[in-house]
Amino acid sequence: MKHDKIEKNLGLLMLFTMVVISIGGLVEIVPLFHINDTIEKVDGVRPYTPLELRGRDIYQREGCYLCHSQMIRPFRDEALRYGHYSLAAESKYDHPFQWGSKRTGPDLARVGGKYSNEWQVQHLKAPRSVVPESIMPNYPWLLENDLDFSDMADRMRALKKVGVPYSESKAEYEANVKEFGQDVAEMLDIQKAQENLIKQAQTGNYDGDATRITEMEAMVAYLQMLGTLVDFSQYDEGHFVQFR
Amino acid sequence: MSNTNQKSGGAASTGHSWDGIEELTNPVPRWWIWSFYFTVVICIIYWIVYPAWPVGKGFTTGTFNDITYNVVDKNTGEAKEVTTHWNTRALFMADMQRGKEALKQKAYMDEVSKASFDEILADPEKMAFARSLAKGIYGDNCAACHGSGGTGVVGLFPNLADDDWLWGGKVEQIQATIEHGRQGFMPAYTDTFTAEQLDAVAEYVLSLSGHSVDENKVATGKRIFNGQEGGCYYCHTTNATGMLSVGSANLTDSIWTVANVPAASNLEAKKDTVKSVVTNGISRKMPGWSERLSANDIKLLTVFIHELGGGK
Repeated sequence: MKHDKIEKNLGLLMLFTMVVISIGGLVEIVPLFHINDTIEKVDGVRPYTPLELRGRDIYQREGCYLCHSQMIRPFRDEALRYGHYSLAAESKYDHPFQWGSKRTGPDLARVGGKYSNEWQVQHLKAPRSVVPESIMPNYPWLLENDLDFSDMADRMRALKKVGVPYSESKAEYEANVKEFGQDVAEMLDIQKAQENLIKQAQTGNYDGDATRITEMEAMVAYLQMLGTLVDFSQYDEGHFVQFR
Repeated sequence: MSNTNQKSGGAASTGHSWDGIEELTNPVPRWWIWSFYFTVVICIIYWIVYPAWPVGKGFTTGTFNDITYNVVDKNTGEAKEVTTHWNTRALFMADMQRGKEALKQKAYMDEVSKASFDEILADPEKMAFARSLAKGIYGDNCAACHGSGGTGVVGLFPNLADDDWLWGGKVEQIQATIEHGRQGFMPAYTDTFTAEQLDAVAEYVLSLSGHSVDENKVATGKRIFNGQEGGCYYCHTTNATGMLSVGSANLTDSIWTVANVPAASNLEAKKDTVKSVVTNGISRKMPGWSERLSANDIKLLTVFIHELGGGK
């Protein structure tokens, strides 16, 4: 085909431009779905519980990802500061993933369990009251707002559509019991979404206010589980090198 | 259009002419062309040396570029060398084990792991190493709560730079605190006391640190504190000096870790602060660090914190 024709025909030009650009993307992405070791085989990774999932939704609503990444790269300085490098498997149930490429605040991939619930609450409410040099904004409304979890089941169904194994039928539940064990499978049951959320909030009491379930509750529950699912002590040092 | 050809050093027109501006067939500069060919060659070298092309369920792993690192088997304790194709994780392993910084640090770390606390505290060189390394560990992990200078936040997180310790200020006690964390707990006396009783308890507690003055109330408060009604002495002891084993506060000094008494402007406000803690109780958790930090890191951090202010 003469190049003149493409240059003079806007529709054709757009079509061919898209074809050329998509080749670049496909060549990089498609093989990852076929290479065996893209996602490491590892014990412990599970989808979020309803409360954690609401916390992750609030994390996204507030734009936390704009300043905080969740991806520890395999570099000496990052390992010393944040811990074991992130595995692909650890974010396999994240839609969308929260890896990020911009750090204004510290990486949060392994912040779970690093600080107490009280610290998380105080720090989200007024960061400078505990870290004077912080430039993070205050999020006082997390403690004021009651958590809306009326649509919990729908939020889980949406993620189920993109492959997160929340269960709705008996068969799916049984499959989860096999894969994750009874306790986790229970939490992934869409039918019991609200009930489970309330139960976890009451047992955990993440916001320190036992009388209410606030948005802070969900947020802290989410932060406190980040990066804690894989027990690295059960693997040899260097175990995960073989997957690359 | 063919007329204009002659004006530009003889290069022919491509036939593209827009508003009188014409594109000629001048070749791109030679240096540019060669730079382009050079990048193509580099590209091919990359394909040979580094992991590049997907093949079936695997990929070309690259050659001439292997990385060797050490692995210690968890179960047998057997150390062996592993050599693998170039990848960032192996590169990281090798850097952590054989990198320039790692080797420099390892020499000191080996010394530290063999040394007792007394030996470290007595050796200026080991102390200098502890200070410089633990400062970073402290900043990454501890400073968020205890402050970058270790002074904590009154009412929230204990000051590490004074000589008042909830859980003990000896090196072994500090080490245990860092390793396993601590859970401080004071129960809520929600409906236990009448308003007068609660007031009396607050008077007594504040009198211990030289605040309140009402003799009668203090006497009543002391009776409740040390009697079955309050039972405060279970944890705070009859002298109200606290117990290291449960992390209960010493109420006889002017250092406040949970009730922010110093911030209250007058006696009534100070009493309200104390009353609020008594009524609502308090739960304070310090996370354990044995999973996050190595034994050597904790050892150095212990020495660092011991030295911050008032190690016992």
